[in-house]
Amino acid sequence: MTEPFLSIQHVRKSFGDLTVVKDFNLDVEPGEFVSFLGPSGCGKTTVLRMVAGFEEPTAGKIVVEGKDVTSLRPNQRNIGMVFQAYALFPNLTVAQNIAFGLRVAGAPKADQNRRVAEMLDLIKLPQLGDRYPFQLSGGQQQRVALARALAPSPKLLLLDEPLSALDAKVRVSLRDEIRAIQKRLGITTVFVTHDQEEALSISDRIVVMYGGVAEQVATPYEIYNRPATKFVAYFVGTLNVLEGTVSDAAKGTVTVGQGTVALKGKLNGHKTGDPVTLALRPEAIALGDYPGYDQKLTGKIADVHFLGSVIRVKVAVGKDIVSMDTFNKSTTPPPKVGEAASITFTGQDVLLLH
Amino acid sequence: MRKGGQWWAWLTFFLGMGYFIIPLIATFEFSLRMKRGEYSFEAYRVVFASSQFQQTFSYSVVAAIFTILLGVLVVVPTAYWVRLRVPHLRPLVEFITLLPLVIPAIVIVFGYIRMYGTNSWLPFLSSTMGTNVLLVIGYAVLALPYMYRAVDTGLRTIDVRTLTEAAQIMGAGWTTIISRVILPNVLIAVLSGAFLTFAIVLGEFTMASLLNRPAFGPYMQNLGANRAYEPAALAIIAFLLTWGCMTAIQFLARYAPKSSNRPN
Repeated sequence: MTEPFLSIQHVRKSFGDLTVVKDFNLDVEPGEFVSFLGPSGCGKTTVLRMVAGFEEPTAGKIVVEGKDVTSLRPNQRNIGMVFQAYALFPNLTVAQNIAFGLRVAGAPKADQNRRVAEMLDLIKLPQLGDRYPFQLSGGQQQRVALARALAPSPKLLLLDEPLSALDAKVRVSLRDEIRAIQKRLGITTVFVTHDQEEALSISDRIVVMYGGVAEQVATPYEIYNRPATKFVAYFVGTLNVLEGTVSDAAKGTVTVGQGTVALKGKLNGHKTGDPVTLALRPEAIALGDYPGYDQKLTGKIADVHFLGSVIRVKVAVGKDIVSMDTFNKSTTPPPKVGEAASITFTGQDVLLLH
Repeated sequence: MRKGGQWWAWLTFFLGMGYFIIPLIATFEFSLRMKRGEYSFEAYRVVFASSQFQQTFSYSVVAAIFTILLGVLVVVPTAYWVRLRVPHLRPLVEFITLLPLVIPAIVIVFGYIRMYGTNSWLPFLSSTMGTNVLLVIGYAVLALPYMYRAVDTGLRTIDVRTLTEAAQIMGAGWTTIISRVILPNVLIAVLSGAFLTFAIVLGEFTMASLLNRPAFGPYMQNLGANRAYEPAALAIIAFLLTWGCMTAIQFLARYAPKSSNRPN
């Protein structure tokens, strides 16, 4: 097994009586793109700031390439960072901003110029070297900030919600660009975001954080399809929650509303009569019968929202409401509110929340 | 607005204008009457030709430059540090910087004379150069409320913390951060403070007089006590200098570093 490039070991951070990060552990492999995902106040930015050296851990240590950097100042760590608010120096041109780290390090002028040109090509803004930050759009500013962070060839790249301040279209294109650049350079990257789509689309692994702890560390596929905790299941993606009761533990059946769902092998530990919480992703549900879907629940159409290419249908199943999206087809009219309806899915797609 | 309200507004405006402008016009008019029966700039010629004017003015200009340097060296890092690391202490620091407005200059200078007299542990007053240094320090104290506020306002327009962190993570130390990142971005604010300091130093009388230094303030006072037309000319010159400083502040503000939240 290769030695982790970045190792965060038993890190805790307290501000007075308030502990914002509790026993956080993470190993990041060389060249890996890891995202910290969680709601505001979950401690994700605090962990990133401790890696950068802006905050000192109350306990634990941070190791980069086998070297303990916990007590090193930020300017001694050789880490690049992109901030949410761009943080370009307003008094410097784009080229001067990119060259800042090299200039501080005392690199010869010719090397600075060469590297600036490389970086401008990398971010596809070769013609904007003489502009000032205020003359750039938000997306351009953030690309320059990325180039500035990468120019001194840092060991590690930290991205602190770099896309949050951008509009939706730019956000998507820039995140793809960031990922492409990261892959090309092979730089180990830690990305902080509260946007699940961003994290799912860009990361090798995601750390879902809540209340100062890592709830789950896994690939985007695992996080989405096999959430380890109730929080992860609720936070990542949309989820339909169904309250049920184990009707036969031996057979693995659960009663939901007036129907029964077979969950063989998933009810480990639950006894007959136990209440259970089941969850289903909207895309795992079909309205009516569907080939291969072996589980069926009946209910009534509670609501229908026409969203253009998609129709969002809500079906009342017992006390719960199940939401699903179906494609709009001009040949099939949308269901009417109050109509009887059935939903189908596979037992494999049902998540049992802990 | 109601018509009556508008009338009162204009009346108040003209009364205010009159209050400020009429004495100035009267002073200016008086300063032109040195030659009997005609208006002339004779008083101004006499003032500019006076060696005492040149000496005291040069002395005060040099003192102002050193005061500005001292003010910048003390205030910029302090205001920066307060914003970055101890923002909760800002009210206290603001209070301290306001003290020179509350404590009369005469009290401060008597304190200096007692503290730094010839027999004290730090005898600034035992030499001319020492007294000059003490005067500059005293001027810096008097200018503190203006310099601090100007710099603090400048710092408010930039994201001090993020810019500092961005510079730090790229390897910059504190000197680099202050000189290459913070100071250039608050330069216009610093210059505003500098011009206010310049205006204060040029007109200051109490400290220079009690420390017995040949500054412009005591010269103006002395001239006012002994001559008729020249003090009026000097008053107008002093006003023009102050206005010149204010105009320079406005002019330089146009060249402030731009940012996305301050594009024009």
